[in-house]
Amino acid sequence: MSAAFRISGAGRLSQAKTASFSFDGQSYSGIEGDTLASALLANGVHLVGRSFKYHRPRGFLSAGAEEPNALVQIVRDDARKTPNVRATVQELYDGLTANSQNRWPSLAFDVGAVNDIASPMFSAGFYYKTFMWPKWAWKDLYEPKIRAAAGLGVSPEKPDPDHYASRYAHCEVLVLGGGAAGIAAALAAAETGVRVILADEQAEFGGSLRFESGAKIDGENGYAWAQSAIGKLKAMGNVRVLSRTTAFGYYSQNFVGLVERVSDHLKNPGHDLARERLWQVRASRVVIATGAIERHMVFANNDRPGVMLASAARTYLNHYGVAVGKNVGVYTANDSAYAAAIDLKKAGVNIAAIVDLRDNPTGPVIDEARALGIEINFGRAVVSAGGKLRVSSMTVQPKNGGGGRTIPVDAILMSAGWTPSVHLFSQSRGKVAFNEETRRFVPGTYAQDCVSVGASNGTDGLDATIDEAYAAGAKAAKDAGGKAGKSAKPKVDAGESWSRGMLGAAPGAGPGTTVKAFVDFQNDVTAKDIRQAVHEGMHSIEHVKRFTTNGMATDQGKTSNMHGLAIAAEELGKPIPAVGLTTFRAPYTPVTFGSIVGHARGALFDPTRRTATHGWAASQGAVFEDVGHWKRAWYFPKAGEDMHKAVDRECVTVRKTAGLFDASTLGKIEVVGPDAAKFMELLYTNPWEKLETGRCRYGIMLREDGFIYDDGVVGRLAPDRFHVTTTTGGAPRVMNHMEDYLQTEFPHLNVWLTSITEQWAVIAVQGPKSRDIIAPLVEGIDMSDEAMPHMSVREGKICGVPTRLFRMSFTGERGFEVNVPADYGEAVWEALWTEGQKHGATAYGTESMHVLRAEKGYIIVGQDTDGTVTPNDAALDWAVGKKKTDFVGIRGLTRSDLVAKGRKQLVGLKTKDPKVVLEEGAQIVADPKQPIPMKMIGHVTSSYWSENCGRSIALALVAGGRDRMGETLYVPMPNGTIEVEVTGMVFVDEKGERLNG
Amino acid sequence: MLLIRCPYCEEERPELEFRNAGEAHIARSANIAGESDDDFEKFFFIRANPKGIIYERWRHIHGCARFFNAVRDTVTDKFVMTYKAGEPKPAKLPGAAK
Repeated sequence: MSAAFRISGAGRLSQAKTASFSFDGQSYSGIEGDTLASALLANGVHLVGRSFKYHRPRGFLSAGAEEPNALVQIVRDDARKTPNVRATVQELYDGLTANSQNRWPSLAFDVGAVNDIASPMFSAGFYYKTFMWPKWAWKDLYEPKIRAAAGLGVSPEKPDPDHYASRYAHCEVLVLGGGAAGIAAALAAAETGVRVILADEQAEFGGSLRFESGAKIDGENGYAWAQSAIGKLKAMGNVRVLSRTTAFGYYSQNFVGLVERVSDHLKNPGHDLARERLWQVRASRVVIATGAIERHMVFANNDRPGVMLASAARTYLNHYGVAVGKNVGVYTANDSAYAAAIDLKKAGVNIAAIVDLRDNPTGPVIDEARALGIEINFGRAVVSAGGKLRVSSMTVQPKNGGGGRTIPVDAILMSAGWTPSVHLFSQSRGKVAFNEETRRFVPGTYAQDCVSVGASNGTDGLDATIDEAYAAGAKAAKDAGGKAGKSAKPKVDAGESWSRGMLGAAPGAGPGTTVKAFVDFQNDVTAKDIRQAVHEGMHSIEHVKRFTTNGMATDQGKTSNMHGLAIAAEELGKPIPAVGLTTFRAPYTPVTFGSIVGHARGALFDPTRRTATHGWAASQGAVFEDVGHWKRAWYFPKAGEDMHKAVDRECVTVRKTAGLFDASTLGKIEVVGPDAAKFMELLYTNPWEKLETGRCRYGIMLREDGFIYDDGVVGRLAPDRFHVTTTTGGAPRVMNHMEDYLQTEFPHLNVWLTSITEQWAVIAVQGPKSRDIIAPLVEGIDMSDEAMPHMSVREGKICGVPTRLFRMSFTGERGFEVNVPADYGEAVWEALWTEGQKHGATAYGTESMHVLRAEKGYIIVGQDTDGTVTPNDAALDWAVGKKKTDFVGIRGLTRSDLVAKGRKQLVGLKTKDPKVVLEEGAQIVADPKQPIPMKMIGHVTSSYWSENCGRSIALALVAGGRDRMGETLYVPMPNGTIEVEVTGMVFVDEKGERLNG
Repeated sequence: MLLIRCPYCEEERPELEFRNAGEAHIARSANIAGESDDDFEKFFFIRANPKGIIYERWRHIHGCARFFNAVRDTVTDKFVMTYKAGEPKPAKLPGAAK
């Protein structure tokens, strides 16, 4: 089965291996080794897409990664519908299904193409100018319509079933780009024995040797040499060769991100293979051999399907054996298009004419073209392409004006010259320099240990490229510690060389014209748009770029940036380097989210911490909440209970009998050493030196600015040993804060800090029956009130395992916190639970814990404080040691704002209607009748229904709050204003008698 | 990702193992309680934020956990050198002209 445009004897694919595929429902046949683009072209299909804004018919511009037009959707199944795949990069496999994008109802008849006719509406910056009013319409009308009309492809609706791999790699020399330059550099580096990684985005190595029929190295055809060289490199133990691998980002200190497409080219990838693999490579030296990208000519209707880069047509012919037309026109401003014309002519394709903008160029390719009988027109321009769904003619005029003639063609090959691919160099923070003579930006000042070689360095000619690259590879290896190599530099027998060309608009897109001469195909930016942007006052290239969106599409302006810059420079009357280049940003080509995310999805997205009793709580039907990385039991609903009923029951039961609560997530730090007490004195506001062994104290930690940073109960286990507890969320930063001071400000103190959060499971047993529940299981601890008063700690055994038994309370009831080694946490919990059952105790979760502590006015740092609350604001002045001469925050506390009157202070609030529960975060005002915006004097920090109080309760930060006791304040809400009364913070057992109840 | 040399581990390790801890060589006064408003402002609030060489603190938090000092160029992100906490500001930087 041979497709109409496949030329027998041309190209490198084996005609025997066919692959069938479909495009927009139509079946075609291609050959293994084809890209989707070459297979479609072999079947004479040029029309593959509609443009972003004007919905103009589009074909293939290129044969590589720079493709702006031929973006298609590849569909494997419902979950695998990849949009915006460049057909020029997608390798063909048997059964491949592709669809065109951005068209309705069909590719050939697209209703959206009305935009092309209405295009004066959509000129540069139209988003910012056209849809200004009415105000509401942007969100509800314009934006959704514009987005629907200007979409590129459709996302799959199901989660991605593929998996993505991720690897780190280290090497001495990383070579980016596997064309002649990259291969030569890799060979030189590899011979020294250092670790080398060579990566190229294509399926086959060789770069432009894929189309350069005139290259001959070491006696072989250039492409064949590349394959032998790659074979040699692959056989070396110190070399890793990665094909289908794009270097997309160059980061600090030679850290380069590569993405390897592992299975997108396979018919049945299966589940063993990742779809893509992310390589994070750290290299001592990087050789950038990323080549150059051919530019198109900017003339009217230069986007018609069939109009493409000369090198692309040459690649399709010389690599894939496909002719892009039968009657081809050529429009050029440099030599390289001649080579394409010559190759096509030799393959039997008619070359209608070569149109060369230059006046009298000379050179071997021009002579050869002439010798082949090709019509050559110097000093002329193609001012317009004819045809719509496919180019049908080109209109040629003398470049300075005059009579034209129209030549029928079915393809136009164009070349305005070559742009060095300085993307990765620029990402490495190197500064490019403009070469006035060759009119191109080339690597100038380097910022990292890398070197650019070959076409990406502006080096012309295969001989010079191999020389430069081989020397650079050898030097990079030597600088990275390699030994001298054998030096078997490849010998160039024949090569091609071209440079120069033109930048900016050709005569066909001359000043003032209204024609569509495209600069940026993917974002539909024309020469006129760029001129208009300058006229409207965009004088910086960064502004021109954003106003016109030139270079902002997924192709990142690979073909358009230099043209856009040149047109802007001309319009501004400034030299190109004075206008400057926009910044090159990663990624070089689009990277899937999958490859960045890798395995970090689902359960592996973020670590989950579970306490020792998690399994027990789950078996009891607990509902969990996330607290940082922790899963904490939120409440334990019984049959038929909603959250409120469960929490009401839990809270009442704790105060009536007892409750068990898993407090293991609280941070725990052991502060040990001869200077432990001195250290505690400095880190907490409270005095510690005189705290007796076996006693506890509630401690407050400040930052140096005087604001509350953390709090917790601290037990002194021995003169030189403190067991410090922190808030759950604060544990890591408190540890960091302590280490910081110990290591850098107080290094003279002899203290060790150890995080023991995960060593001890903590079971809080709270309520009047708490002692009765614990005592039967405890050995060696006298739990009487006399021997073990409130705020004390004892060491002994429970259920036969060691325990640090704290008598402390976060509920206001008689309470204990049983610390046991985490491995025994579940067993001890179950033993306590069995005892608790005898007394009618309940298990309770974090919600009830919050309600119970709020009933007592105990604050939660981070909820009732927000980083601007002092101990005095929180009514905790009693915890600040008045006689102390130093602690972290002592100076901050005396700052004028912190001692000023009228600061927000923590108070209680009672709603006038006891059934109304305030919203946490709600704002408070003194006068609800004042005009909006009202003066807000505070906000609600904690608010709950308290079944124990039979009413709602709340804590709030209110300006001058403690002077407002009994005052009525107001909480304006969308459904009306709520009246509240300012009260004390304690709602249950104001005298604290229940601690011993 | 940066590579940072921990002066305690004496090894270059990836940035992921470290956490920045702000500007270095800002000493807390031994008599902080008696410090003037101006001095406290300088100590607590004012930072250099230079373009170029910065002296800053890092912590090898997922390594040896030690705080140390580093000299870094804020323009290139390059680390000029690292040294232990408590050591004085280096009088001369490696590679510097004078």
